[in-house]
Amino acid sequence: MKDNAMKNIELTIDNTTVSVPEGTTIMEAAETIGIKIPRLCYHPDLSLEGACRVCIVEVQGSRNYLPSCATRVQDGMKVRTNSPEIRQARRDLIELILDNHPRECQTCERDGNCELQDLAYSLGVRERLFEGKRKAHEIERSSASVIRDAEKCILCRRCVRVCSEIQGIHNLSQLYRGFDTVVAPAYEGPMAESVCINCGQCINVCPVASFLEKSSTEPVWAALADPNKHVMVQIAPSIRAAIAEGFNAPPGTPATGQTVTALRRLGFDVVFDTNFGADLTIVEEAHEFMERLKTGKNLPLLTSCSPGWIKFLEHFYPEFIPNASSCKSPMQMLSTLMKTFYAEKTGISVRDIYVVGIMPCVAKKFEIERPEHLMPDGTPYTDAVLTTRELIWMIKAYGIDFMNLPEGEFDNPLGYSTGAADIFGTTGGVMEAALRTAAEKLTGQPLAHLDFKEVRAVSGLKEASLEIAGQKINVAVANGLNNAKTILEKVKAGKKQYHLIELMACPGGCIGGGGQPYPPEGHYVLDPEVIRLRANALYTIDERKTIRKSHENPFIQTLYEEYLEKPGSHKAHEILHTSYSPREPKGIK
Amino acid sequence: MATATKDGLESDIVKFISQCRKKEHPESYLIAVLHKVQEKYGYLSQDHMNEVAQRLQVPTSTVSGVATFYHFFRLRPRGKYAISVCLGTACFVKGADKVLNAFQTELGIEMGETTADGLFSLENTRCLGVCALAPVVTINDTVYSKVTANQVPELIRQVKSGKNVEG
Repeated sequence: MKDNAMKNIELTIDNTTVSVPEGTTIMEAAETIGIKIPRLCYHPDLSLEGACRVCIVEVQGSRNYLPSCATRVQDGMKVRTNSPEIRQARRDLIELILDNHPRECQTCERDGNCELQDLAYSLGVRERLFEGKRKAHEIERSSASVIRDAEKCILCRRCVRVCSEIQGIHNLSQLYRGFDTVVAPAYEGPMAESVCINCGQCINVCPVASFLEKSSTEPVWAALADPNKHVMVQIAPSIRAAIAEGFNAPPGTPATGQTVTALRRLGFDVVFDTNFGADLTIVEEAHEFMERLKTGKNLPLLTSCSPGWIKFLEHFYPEFIPNASSCKSPMQMLSTLMKTFYAEKTGISVRDIYVVGIMPCVAKKFEIERPEHLMPDGTPYTDAVLTTRELIWMIKAYGIDFMNLPEGEFDNPLGYSTGAADIFGTTGGVMEAALRTAAEKLTGQPLAHLDFKEVRAVSGLKEASLEIAGQKINVAVANGLNNAKTILEKVKAGKKQYHLIELMACPGGCIGGGGQPYPPEGHYVLDPEVIRLRANALYTIDERKTIRKSHENPFIQTLYEEYLEKPGSHKAHEILHTSYSPREPKGIK
Repeated sequence: MATATKDGLESDIVKFISQCRKKEHPESYLIAVLHKVQEKYGYLSQDHMNEVAQRLQVPTSTVSGVATFYHFFRLRPRGKYAISVCLGTACFVKGADKVLNAFQTELGIEMGETTADGLFSLENTRCLGVCALAPVVTINDTVYSKVTANQVPELIRQVKSGKNVEG
């Protein structure tokens, strides 16, 4: 495909003539005529593995069946994707995997949402002929975020690939060999003591249930049932753009109002919006940015909302810790306000308040346990984090007809937000929100146009140079930590002076988070199309709001007047800011 | 960098790794580096593997993946005397299993383990190509032929007293 003169290859697939560019695989060529060859280990955005052999096809003249994911088309090739023998061979392969896979489908968290189960059904496995030798591994629960269950693992290595190729973490690899092969961190050590950044992309790409988030639904149900608890909830910006997928709505269906109503039905006493925390983050961070611009110290400023990125920073790039914004994440800002400002205002005892964050993110489960996010008495500001998936499950478990719910409104004062906060959920959104506020503060004049289209699009790495108040501001936006590595190495090499860099651990930002719904029918996990649709939903919500600049949020203004004095004040620092420190084991860049 | 860091890799290995770093695809020298580490220390400790990872800039997960994949690499310290009982076909039919059992009982360890005093470890061996001498036992580089289970306690005693075998 690197040749300039790209040649087209003509071949026949199931007696249909197909013409595709040179370098196309048989699997891709078949898709152009509407045939989706069954597959398991394959993922379009990860390297080719060829491990499962489920996608085998017959190529005339070839002695063996060939894996269509890894075989490039050739002129005159005659391919058959289906025959009784091929279907039998695929079925045999799946049966062999099932022979040493636990028979726990009914009690498995991925029941009804499992690629192995789907294949067993669609390939026609209707009985189990053999009981194979079973692997025996303990479920590894050391991490606050990610559970690893090697017993269910089918060794497709998607997790290994996403962890290294997309995230650059290289935490997972295959250890030992043959039947004893296991996917685990180095030395089969606990996830909690590894370089794992808790992004949860291994959970997303796992076709079975070998990786799962650590569930918090039980303690949340218990808090909701406790009459003495004042249970408060906040939802992250990206939830509203993705949650409806869990109820069969097409990707990109915004559902802010339904989510609010569903939370009230579930019994939450107060429904606040992480967006408010996002607006507050912008005001604090824009202030921080302008201070650094003035002194020229610790530039570029690196955003700090993504707990996966922050843990990555601590393991892999501790030398950049002084550059990271000291702002707590929007969730932590809001939770802190709930247990300080709100508790003081309402007179409700902090001990009776139970704070739940609904997040697209499994790393948030780790974030709330970080010592610097504990209250002076050692209890956390955020008591539990639920992923989008967990909330969807709770809504279903309750029996709520989500899509037909009337639209509810957030409670105030910590539920009102501007459009700038909504776009926090997508890559480039924090940058755009920060620029809206910073540009206005720097020029001292209202912004003519609010859309910084330069930093939109869901690609992994974007750069832009902007003229603000006669100053050239270089910004960059990275999502997926391999892209973060690229940009940080550029900063280190000193080739370009950046002023502000937005970093998000997950592909596409929070909308592609490790806790988001599994992909709907017709889409694959990490599908850029799904990410794009979710991003569009957020930009639409932003566009429709009358107030679209964080510093114009009237409740934020009141909060400063009544409680925080001014951005960057002593009080603000005390409750809205935090710090980071280098972390072992050291990551390999 | 000239001498070993505290409990770290010794300078010749450190030097070898830094030479590898200068070449194309330094990560492809991982196995060569691990060979050197095992040659020097008898096995691959986690600390040493961590140091190899950092110095060679290869992920620790990759290092441990390679180290656990190849049977050649030992992940636990080897005893001063490495006892291998050949379990090849000829030795086996001549009663190597009984010899192995005797070693296990006498030393109180299983295959692949090392005694608490660090003196003996039991290792698995396939055919050494001297089937006429079956059953064969090697202790470090010394070969013992036609070994019976009854001889095992005496053999161990001899080795302990420094006879026949170079430590």
